[in-house]
Amino acid sequence: MSIVTVQLGQCGNQIGQEVFSVLCSDIRGTHGLCSKKEDESYQDCCKERFFCEEESGVPVARAVLVDMEPKVISQALARAASSGHWKYSSHSHFCQKQGSGNNWANGYSVHGPRHKEAIMDLVQREAEKCDRLGGFFTIMSMAGGTGSGLGAFVTQSLRDAFPTSFLLNHLIWPYGTGEVIVQNYNSVLTLSHLYHSADALLVHENDAIHKICAQRMNIKQISFRDVNQVIAHQLGSVFQPTHTAGGEPGYSRNPLGDLLELLVSHPEFRMLGLRNIPQMPESSLPYSTFSWPGLLKHLRQMLIANAHMEEGIDWQVRPPHPGSSISTNKPLHFNTSIANLVILRGKDVHSVDLGSFQDPSLYTSWLNPQDAFNAWKTPRAFNKYEKSAALVSNSQFLLKPLDRIVGKAWNMFASKAYLHQYTKFGIQEEDFLDCFTTLEQVISSYTNL
Amino acid sequence: MTQSVVVQVGQCGNQVGCRFWDLALREHAAVNKKGIYDEALSSFFRNVDTRRGDNGPDIYKGKICSLKARALLIDMEEGVVNEILQGPLRDVFDSKQLITDVSGSGNNWAVGHKIYGCQYRESIVEKLRKTAEHCDCLQCFFIIHSMGGGTGSGLGTFVLNLLEEEFPEVYRFVTSVYPSGEDDVITSPYNSVLAMKELNEHADCVLPIENESLFEIVNKIHQMINSGKLGSTVKQNSLVTSSAGSAKTLQEKPFDAMNNIVANLLLNLTSSARFEGSLNMDLNEISMNLVPFPRLHYLVSSLTPLYTLADVNVPSRRLDQMFSDAFSRDHQLIQADPKHSLYLACALLVRGNVHVSDLRRNIERLKPSLHFVSWNQEGWKTGLCSVPPVGHSHSLLALANNTCVKPTFIELKDRFMKLYKKKAHLHHYLQIDGMEQSCFSEAISSLSDLIEEYNELDATKGGPRIDPSRLKIAV
Repeated sequence: MSIVTVQLGQCGNQIGQEVFSVLCSDIRGTHGLCSKKEDESYQDCCKERFFCEEESGVPVARAVLVDMEPKVISQALARAASSGHWKYSSHSHFCQKQGSGNNWANGYSVHGPRHKEAIMDLVQREAEKCDRLGGFFTIMSMAGGTGSGLGAFVTQSLRDAFPTSFLLNHLIWPYGTGEVIVQNYNSVLTLSHLYHSADALLVHENDAIHKICAQRMNIKQISFRDVNQVIAHQLGSVFQPTHTAGGEPGYSRNPLGDLLELLVSHPEFRMLGLRNIPQMPESSLPYSTFSWPGLLKHLRQMLIANAHMEEGIDWQVRPPHPGSSISTNKPLHFNTSIANLVILRGKDVHSVDLGSFQDPSLYTSWLNPQDAFNAWKTPRAFNKYEKSAALVSNSQFLLKPLDRIVGKAWNMFASKAYLHQYTKFGIQEEDFLDCFTTLEQVISSYTNL
Repeated sequence: MTQSVVVQVGQCGNQVGCRFWDLALREHAAVNKKGIYDEALSSFFRNVDTRRGDNGPDIYKGKICSLKARALLIDMEEGVVNEILQGPLRDVFDSKQLITDVSGSGNNWAVGHKIYGCQYRESIVEKLRKTAEHCDCLQCFFIIHSMGGGTGSGLGTFVLNLLEEEFPEVYRFVTSVYPSGEDDVITSPYNSVLAMKELNEHADCVLPIENESLFEIVNKIHQMINSGKLGSTVKQNSLVTSSAGSAKTLQEKPFDAMNNIVANLLLNLTSSARFEGSLNMDLNEISMNLVPFPRLHYLVSSLTPLYTLADVNVPSRRLDQMFSDAFSRDHQLIQADPKHSLYLACALLVRGNVHVSDLRRNIERLKPSLHFVSWNQEGWKTGLCSVPPVGHSHSLLALANNTCVKPTFIELKDRFMKLYKKKAHLHHYLQIDGMEQSCFSEAISSLSDLIEEYNELDATKGGPRIDPSRLKIAV
């Protein structure tokens, strides 16, 4: 089953290119640590999922690149082609000459309707190239104008045109100390609109990834390329082929569908966080060994204490005792989950014991812990890591960041600053209020887990 | 890629404009080694095959034939424009891009705005249309003028009005040179205040410049070079004031060094729109992020570094010094101290080999010493462009929407009132058709309102922070 990726705006296109790069270099490596047959099966599955074959033999990414100005797309196309191992199709991109000016309203109300037909046409063509369409994966940032505004519009259009397909949005949250001044407005508008159209929102925060680069990857002068490569690795560890828990032979035929079914059981709760360990510079890999119990112990505590990496975890945080009243005795910084999915890749996966993740105290009471937790194990190692563990979690991971963004946006909204920039493109104060209401509702729901 | 058109009006506007085109050519020559007409060049230049005469079609790809500036040169006396046309830049301008007259505006805003405005309106519109037609996607008009004279101030603001009427979708960025206290034009306060009203109402963004600041920067550089304190030599072409390496080989005129600073400001402002980078910052983003309320669109700018030393060692400390300097009083292009006033928003456009981690580190470091308005505590807009300016490995342009512009406006108002109370020189204006007393009273009240808006914001500075209460959800 194939996934069509839609890359939106500067951020979406820069990250998308790194993702395909990582996927490609992973399958080309000889470090699968598994049987040749297994390795070949993995490669075939990945190729079918993300690439399509062309006469030239070079795999072509199943992607549509959208941006309102040409520089980033040109760079992405050039970087892909220069690798020699994969490329983008020369007919799958759409760009204009003048960007959206960091203005969500411009992206959503002006560029969206104006270019809807052309963009959806490209998506339709990519979708038709797939034997079986497994769904759409969109990559965008929340802070700017195109990724966020046009991205929200395109997501809606995808939902309308493909009502039964799976739609997962990958969202980048900007640095808290500001990349764009109106980022909080753009974020609030994006999140509230996506909540109504996408199946789920998979989130990466720039601040968190930056810390990983600084402390785990030992990069002295961190560039956006470094950040994007870490994000691409984390995404790859989730979306590369896996065996599902069902025990059927072969790799999962419906990656997006399976993931969404396991994690998004209630429409009010769509925010997914992603954690992946271990993370280290490639040069250190040959000198490191890990044990599954060690990795899982760290991963579990990262879940409970809402940590982003295996350093600096707060080991004091514990789940509440079973039998106690859930809402009153819960320590405030304990991260309650609705559902969790752990994806293990590499050596000796089948011997791993994941009982600690099935502890009922980690979860809310609606689902059976057996249903709330799932694990996918794959013996084929990923991206040169002998063992790697990824966690996709529908939990309170994003509660505090969301609350912060809504708070700052509300503060600015109360003084009416910058509103004239949005009203001139058709987004009125009432529209803002609707968005705030939607998000306060989401915050309230997650808080009361 | 979008295009921009430069409209230079009056003596000051044309002199600064001339330096701009010279340095722009120098910058593109340094980057564009193969002589191919690329998208970056097309933002400010057309590529024309002049063998077919001036009416030759534009060539969009391939080798550079003959570059023509996307510009309109307007002056009501011929001296300055003629000099440009006889100088080394004569081939860059088209005879059809000029509008000149003979007698000048006599330092009278009313003559520039009402008389010449009326007279040349059609011609200006026609030439603007022509220039716009040559553009694939016109994004911005840059107007360069001074506030104190007659042509730049009066006709310049007339053109601003015209641009809003004829091209409402295109951004209008105005670079205005404000008169100093010892200005030798007696009526400069009148001209400036009358022009301010137009800027308030019709410009998207204004970059005010004061000659005193430019002069101080030039002096600072001279002192530094002559003192020989630093041992290593300075790279000549890295001076923000230098014309080294550009087409101009004749003796430098006194204002050239100062005008080069303004030219560099415009080049840095548009760099991220022309060249690639990991975090692009286009002109429409500048307007979006830095203008929280429509009338508060005055941006204080500063450029660093002012020079680069010839030795190659650039430790990270020097990079941090660049960021610190951008916020110091002596690097601002107007007489203002942003550090002690209130920031509404701030943009940092970094060029060259600088990474996002350096940017973040410096923002974290400088933030505690700056005052931001309560609803925009993290009011930073950042851009990273990979291509550094000529002679530097990296540079920084800081644009601040800050209440420190207020003193400039207050002084202007005071100087205006001194003359106005005595009705000095008023008759020169009132005798012009279309000018009435009300023009003056409206202009001064527009300026007073603007000052009042800044006052209100300043009043919130340092006060207790009361966050508005959030929406409550019924559980």
